Amino acid sequence: MIYTEFSFPNDSHIIWSLMIVTYPYISGIMAGAFGISALYFVFGIESLKPVSRFSLLVSFSFLLCATLPLLNHLGHPERALNVVIVPNHRSAIGGFGYIYSLFLVILAMIIWFAYREDMIRAAEAASGLKKRILTILLLWNQNLNDDTRQVDRQMVFILTAIGIPSMAVLSGYVGFLFGSLKSNPWWSTPLMPFVFFVSGIISGLALVLLLYLYLGWYGYLEKSYICLRMLCSLLWFSTAMYIVLEGVELLYFYYESSDAWFVISTLLFTKLKYSFFVLQLGIGLGVAFVLLSAMFTLKLEETSFAKMGAVAAVYLLFEVWMMRWNIVVGGQLFSKSYVGFREFHPQWLEKEGILMAIIFTLLPFLVLFAVTRFLSVRPTTEEAPEQITSSGSQAGENI
Amino acid sequence: MKMAASGMAGMLIVTLIPKSSSGQRIHNIEEMKHVPDWMDHYYAYVVDTTKCIGCGACARACKRENDTPDGYSRTWVERYQITDTGHVYIDSPDGGINSFPPKDVEGNVIKGFFVPKLCNHCRNTPCTQVCPVNASYESPQGVVLVDKKVCIGCGYCVQACPYDTRYIDPRTHTADKCTWCYHRVTKGLAPACVTVCPTKARIFGDLKMKNSQVREIIDNQRVMVLKPELNTEPYCFYIGLDRAVR
Repeated sequence: MIYTEFSFPNDSHIIWSLMIVTYPYISGIMAGAFGISALYFVFGIESLKPVSRFSLLVSFSFLLCATLPLLNHLGHPERALNVVIVPNHRSAIGGFGYIYSLFLVILAMIIWFAYREDMIRAAEAASGLKKRILTILLLWNQNLNDDTRQVDRQMVFILTAIGIPSMAVLSGYVGFLFGSLKSNPWWSTPLMPFVFFVSGIISGLALVLLLYLYLGWYGYLEKSYICLRMLCSLLWFSTAMYIVLEGVELLYFYYESSDAWFVISTLLFTKLKYSFFVLQLGIGLGVAFVLLSAMFTLKLEETSFAKMGAVAAVYLLFEVWMMRWNIVVGGQLFSKSYVGFREFHPQWLEKEGILMAIIFTLLPFLVLFAVTRFLSVRPTTEEAPEQITSSGSQAGENI
Repeated sequence: MKMAASGMAGMLIVTLIPKSSSGQRIHNIEEMKHVPDWMDHYYAYVVDTTKCIGCGACARACKRENDTPDGYSRTWVERYQITDTGHVYIDSPDGGINSFPPKDVEGNVIKGFFVPKLCNHCRNTPCTQVCPVNASYESPQGVVLVDKKVCIGCGYCVQACPYDTRYIDPRTHTADKCTWCYHRVTKGLAPACVTVCPTKARIFGDLKMKNSQVREIIDNQRVMVLKPELNTEPYCFYIGLDRAVR
């Protein structure tokens, strides 16, 4: 039978739009940034030391802002806390409040222990309200000696180890929300949580890499070519994993050739032709993976390596955003009749429009700036920025 | 006291409930006397696609009864036209509310029929499962409902419903759907769509009633449900469902 196009009457509206695209994007960055810290604090990968504590702040800033797009999306945000107070334990979203809160508390505690020494120094140097706030944050305890430092290190290790599964659950969770919906064949795959998790790791790595290059240039972070190389290696590995996952998912749909494949193939080759094949896979994933591969294949100078890494990171950040778009919006571009399709063109100034998406995406950077200012983070050196060296640079106060 | 109340309800039902196509009342007063609790019902819905003429009276009655917002439908009617070229033409202009104007198709129509759609009030409901705040729930009588005072408007239930019978009401920003006219049913009335259907293509009744028409149909006829592969266990059954139906 050859169906002509038909959509169910209620299928003319896109319910989950840019806000639901923005949330997994932000939470993915949060997960990736935390992963970098975990590699240093738990698994002892020394090369990541220059970004290990800073990644915690990146993760925290994005985590704090992650729920804002969701709140903006809700028809009744004033009832949002009911998700925690009277949750439906059968609902996939029902556990969100607990998982989110748990990870937020763990992350805040890790930062407290990791930055305790910095906060003590900042409190000593500060005056007035800032001093009082810092004193309260330090729980009126400003003891600092080898024993306290040892306890701080141990607590960071323990809490980060606990935080790893929490982060993985929170990041993969959004994938589960989509993957568990049997009503939508484009979403309904057990691979969805892993796709979201790995792509989240990619976006977090890419953003930390960019921030590291930027802040390292201005002397706020310890410059280390080894660290940069490790970040790029992790980025390449994660990207390769993602390609495999995405490939397996598509191959599975194609090979199974169920009723779902008809609508998925039509979706991919019509509505998502440019956004999926050209923008996400071609420009985003393809270019970035070629660049990353070339960086490790060709003998490049360190500056060129850093520049190529930065370009690849930008492409990957774009790729992950497009992936979120293609999953979230793409999954709503066809009717549940499976034979009808629709268009979606986001507007700039609507409640869940482009402007709000930009604001919510940029807000974590503002929070990150405020947090680093509050902690009185200083550049590693007062001197002019140095070129990136392979020596690992000198130790010093850094973010 | 309880018996007296059910007796009065029974009298009201005798007056208001229309007769079913078989001539029997949907709720029998004698049966009602033996029902100790007004909640002690278990409802089901049957759509006889062989009888639907696509007049759209059901969709109009539903909109009037439930004040459905423009552009959304709690119930609608689909027209299927299958031609000798193998094409399947489906349409439902405005949910069939103004019936169906003629439509040009390629080839000769060899099979044509109408299929009314509504919430399937599933037992294994994807919509109530995903609702994070229990705003969507199943009543003891088997009716899936939404508490608008609790709904946070996340839209997860709308995404989860495989039949697309839910929508976010743009006026209340909460989920909305067919309730089988719960406000009527609890008073012993039939849903508005059932009441107005001129061909009795829509049949509603109580499975706990021995002589209810829905029970008789489900027990004795070959009925089908929409998308059975999804295991949602709908309690909206179809007679004469064609394989082309989406």
